[in-house]
Amino acid sequence: MLHIVNKSPLTSTTLESCLNTAAGGDLLLIEDAVYAATTGSAFEGKLKAAMGRLKVHVLMPDLEARGLADRMIEGITPVDYAGFVGLTVANKNCQSWL
Amino acid sequence: MSDVKKFMFVNRKAPYGTIYALESLEVVLITAAFDQDVSLAFMDDGVYQLKKGQQTKGIETKNFSPTYRALEDYDVEKLYVEKEAMEARGLSEEDFIVDVTVLSRAEMGAMMDEQDVVLSF
Amino acid sequence: MKFGIVVNEGPYQHQASDSAYLFAKAAVTAGHEVWRVFFYHDGVNNASKLTEPPQDDRHIVNRWTKLAEEHKVDLVVCVAAALRRGIKEENLAQGFRISGLGQLVEAGIKCDRLVTFGD
Repeated sequence: MLHIVNKSPLTSTTLESCLNTAAGGDLLLIEDAVYAATTGSAFEGKLKAAMGRLKVHVLMPDLEARGLADRMIEGITPVDYAGFVGLTVANKNCQSWL
Repeated sequence: MSDVKKFMFVNRKAPYGTIYALESLEVVLITAAFDQDVSLAFMDDGVYQLKKGQQTKGIETKNFSPTYRALEDYDVEKLYVEKEAMEARGLSEEDFIVDVTVLSRAEMGAMMDEQDVVLSF
Repeated sequence: MKFGIVVNEGPYQHQASDSAYLFAKAAVTAGHEVWRVFFYHDGVNNASKLTEPPQDDRHIVNRWTKLAEEHKVDLVVCVAAALRRGIKEENLAQGFRISGLGQLVEAGIKCDRLVTFGD
């Protein structure tokens, strides 16, 4: 399953809920959730801990827009919108954690 | 329509502060009318939607919580509440307006994986 | 593959409509079909033809209209949500149509994937 999260982990518990619930599969960080993909954030440890179970992707246009493209945590896969589409195709279903 | 899909509605937002809970419930009723396999998941602040005793007169807004009781008439009987979210809010099953099945996060995650369509508002 | 897309937020206030549009564009570029985009909650405001952004900004409403024309995308605005928010036939932008929630359920049934964008 593809889990899509769009909120910063420092203002919302959405990403944490997703990580606590998702059994496995793919996680895509878009919009303000891309802040979770950066080194040095207070959430870094929690995201890294989940990277064993979940394959984590970040939507690069959103990370670039926020000026943090050079701080992506190692092991996260950068994708563009075509890659986003590809992830929805590769997974049987998807959930946007709104 | 012959094909039946498994629809899950994930409710993670509290009622009244925003309209999402009410408008989501409207989709649930329509989906049930299409004879689909419908289930509802209440997680995080979404568990507050089910709290008994909502009195909305003072905020001049319609109290839509009785609608959860009407779901049964639409054959929507799969209502799941996340145990950890319920406990974190000081609630128990007795606080809810309807009968629910309480699931752990892990069980909820497994349930999501099985769905064809997961809608979250 | 056949896609359905749900947009739950209005234009400009939230990134949801932009993300949904860029996703839809990438999907058709990759050869997929975007069968329907359903606008719900404040997402119905994406259909107002009265929208006039500053000239140096993207025109979110016209962008949807153009996508619908070029790729035969069915843009559906939920009637109940629209009436609540003052969106009617008289201010509906080209390429959009107003219909019921059943259209969202139908998208869930008929599409291979349904992807939601919101807050």
